[in-house]
Amino acid sequence: MSDFHLTINGKSHTAKDVDGSTPLLWILRDTLGLVGTKFGCGIAQCGACTVHLDGRPVRSCSIPVSALDGEEIRTIEGLAGKDGTLHALQQAWIDTDVAQCGYCQAGQIMSAAALLDENPHPSDSDIDDAMEGNYCRCGTYNRIKAAIHTAANTLAEKGDKA
Amino acid sequence: MKYSPTKPAPLSLEDAFDEIDPRRDLAVARTAKMAPPASMDRRSFLKVSTAAGAGLLLAFSLGGKVRAASSTGQSELNAYIRISSNGSIAIYSKNPEIGQGVKTSMPMIIAEELDADWYDVIVEQSPINEKVFGRQNAGGSRSIATNWDTLRTAGATARHMLVHAAAKTWSVPIDECTTANSHVLHNKTNQKISYGDLADKASALPIPPASALKLKSRKDYKLLGRRITGVDNHALVTGQPLFGIDQTLPGMLYAVYEKCPAVGGTVKSANFDEVRKLPGVKHAFAVEGNGHPLELTTGIAIVASTTWAAFQAKQQLDVVWDESKASKDNWDALVEQAQAIKKQPAKETLYESGDTDAALQNAVKSIESFYSIQFLSHATLEPQNCTAWYQNGAIEVWAPTQSPGRAVTNVAHTLGLDADKVTIHQTRVGGGFGRRLVNDAACEAAAISKHINAPVKLQWTREDDMAHDFFRAGGFHALKGGLDASGKIAFWQDHHIAFSADGKRQVIGSGPRQPSHEFPAQLVSNFRVGQSLLPLQTKCGFWRAPGSNITAWVTQCFLHELAVAAGKDHLEFLLELMGDPTWLPPQTPHSLNTGRAADVIKLAAEKAGWGRKLPAGRGLGLAFHFSHAGHFAEVAEVSVSATKKLTVHSVTVAADIGPVINLSGAENQCQGSVIDGLSAMLDLEITMENGRIQQTNFDTYPLLRMPAAPPVDVHFIQSDNPPTGAGEPALPPLAPAVCNAIYAASGHRVRTLPLAKEGFSV
Repeated sequence: MSDFHLTINGKSHTAKDVDGSTPLLWILRDTLGLVGTKFGCGIAQCGACTVHLDGRPVRSCSIPVSALDGEEIRTIEGLAGKDGTLHALQQAWIDTDVAQCGYCQAGQIMSAAALLDENPHPSDSDIDDAMEGNYCRCGTYNRIKAAIHTAANTLAEKGDKA
Repeated sequence: MKYSPTKPAPLSLEDAFDEIDPRRDLAVARTAKMAPPASMDRRSFLKVSTAAGAGLLLAFSLGGKVRAASSTGQSELNAYIRISSNGSIAIYSKNPEIGQGVKTSMPMIIAEELDADWYDVIVEQSPINEKVFGRQNAGGSRSIATNWDTLRTAGATARHMLVHAAAKTWSVPIDECTTANSHVLHNKTNQKISYGDLADKASALPIPPASALKLKSRKDYKLLGRRITGVDNHALVTGQPLFGIDQTLPGMLYAVYEKCPAVGGTVKSANFDEVRKLPGVKHAFAVEGNGHPLELTTGIAIVASTTWAAFQAKQQLDVVWDESKASKDNWDALVEQAQAIKKQPAKETLYESGDTDAALQNAVKSIESFYSIQFLSHATLEPQNCTAWYQNGAIEVWAPTQSPGRAVTNVAHTLGLDADKVTIHQTRVGGGFGRRLVNDAACEAAAISKHINAPVKLQWTREDDMAHDFFRAGGFHALKGGLDASGKIAFWQDHHIAFSADGKRQVIGSGPRQPSHEFPAQLVSNFRVGQSLLPLQTKCGFWRAPGSNITAWVTQCFLHELAVAAGKDHLEFLLELMGDPTWLPPQTPHSLNTGRAADVIKLAAEKAGWGRKLPAGRGLGLAFHFSHAGHFAEVAEVSVSATKKLTVHSVTVAADIGPVINLSGAENQCQGSVIDGLSAMLDLEITMENGRIQQTNFDTYPLLRMPAAPPVDVHFIQSDNPPTGAGEPALPPLAPAVCNAIYAASGHRVRTLPLAKEGFSV
């Protein structure tokens, strides 16, 4: 049992007295109360637990807290601006009415956010490649794809104006 | 609601499931013809005055069961509207939100008749109390169908009172007043007043009788039929705690529960002492089942300080199970048994019209086929879990359940409590698909919390979830069908080889509740359904569109086989089968209407470009199915390569579910059902060996991923028929449409699912 210092959504957190084998997912959910990141399978197959590690999408169910080494962690709770302004993807998800049960959507949005950071104008097949690791059991894939395109356009327009 | 200990637990899983069959009520409604609008007279309709400033509070009850309500007595109300003086309009949604969209669509119905501005509406999940709210359940696609009249009347009653309050205020005739966007208007004097300003005055008025209400006609709808986004969308995309798994309580501990991997096994011994010494472990103990197949099963509870500590300890748990009465089910052996009896006559006839044997002799052409379909798991993405807190002889349960009303009874029964000592808090549900009609996780959490006398969250691992599901039963159909000289169906025989836990009845969800409703029994003169039963201990349950999700595949593929044998185009063949428009027995507004069927078939064909020339290796397939009172036709366009690589290019859905409540939600349900149906038919299969489920997680039970998901194009035929649900009926036609398309593309007739069994991949 040890203490682990983590930077999550721009804030420092200390997970006190935890087993180093504990996956980041359960540190987030049980220790720090950030429950937006979801448990789906525990073996990095479903993507419900996707968070960013230095901007890269990773499956937090399969990363022991002891393996973290000062990386910036971002979760769904940290995607909107500090003033609550939603990320273009979050707004597109609302407007496209993507969710059915909604359980996978935080993971979907985190994967999509990493994609748009890397590739601001993804094609359908770029989206397929980036989102292949995220299950949607309800089958909202058509709308996820549409929402990613919408968000990409929104970000491009903002960029043009800036 | 008091639990009587003298009432024996149901003997079989089938008896237990019969009580909760979500299709039952709609079947009852069918036989009772169309239900009359709910009576909203003074006795059944309660106006509730609340603390100052709360404005108009309207409560509805079913059967006059409302008790006196206080300002905090909201939990005792059936459905209600609360209009605050600041103009906000709170509307309760009474059924669980499992992804089917009712938390948005049910309040929309109230808001429409109320003439509320949707932006003024705040939707809240209602408390769970069936004495007041009537049945609270998400199953059978019937939230809309069975609550339509009640919700419309709720909105119209409140609107009526607000109009009366305004007319009184202005001293103008009531019938000169109109409403729009949460306001009452008097155009002659150009006056306008908000519902918020009227709420107090309206609440002092008498409640109008139902006969005084004028419900809107469809052409006047402003909200219904539009695309309205989900009321929880913002909370979902910002990661707010909504789901069962997100609940936390002060001092809460975390539990896991280990059951015998073979159904029916009990605990002989376990290494409790070792487990109790593991890091974070607080308790480890055996729990005896309560004998009810849908409640508490014998197992071992481990309670720890975190979920991870509990998961880790479970890995170290070593149990010796007594498997003397446990399942020895073996899928391969069951397939062999089915193969061995498929040519024999069925053990019993469930339904027969005409004389199929004579018709077989006289048929110009006849064909035989044997269809096999696999077991499936629900695999809800949120694994089963439940949070419970037992204290001072009462329990509160935070449950991601589809049947919260039933959960009260289940938990009370499990703990030997009166039902009024059980409070169920409905959480949002991370996928249902029928799995969460069973409240086993709630019963386990309740039993564990009581044992340790502390708040606890029980978390199943994915492996637990897959091992201890109530599966969609597989099965086999040996079919014979024949054609007369004009190429019409002369006879149809279906020998259904199904599974049985009690040797008498099929396991639940194997086929239609009434064999005479197996399509196209009512359209063919000589039709026989027989069954032979193979013994099974594996637990089966309701899986999205129960019965239909198998029957539609078998019958709609076989119909295509007959069309091919008749040398007819499949579209033409189906339309000929439907014949002139007529309501089939039992001839209610919730029955199959052949005209509505023909219309969706034609629409799907038209939108998909049926009949157009396609390159070699590419084909269109069509299928129709009627279930949950919805008429659905689907066309799939697929390509099949020489190596059996399958590409589903697109799926077109044509649906008639009456007037659509929320176009966005209904379309989403249809798209999701198609993706779910495709996922289930490609490579998903649950198999058993020595009573154990062989698949353990998504690496061996791989759901469909985005690259294989086709665009799904949805079209609705809107009518004045009563509205019905969209959560299930779009699923059944998908598998036969795809298989018929595979035939059109390749000449290969699929008769075994999943497709991977026949060598297909995506």
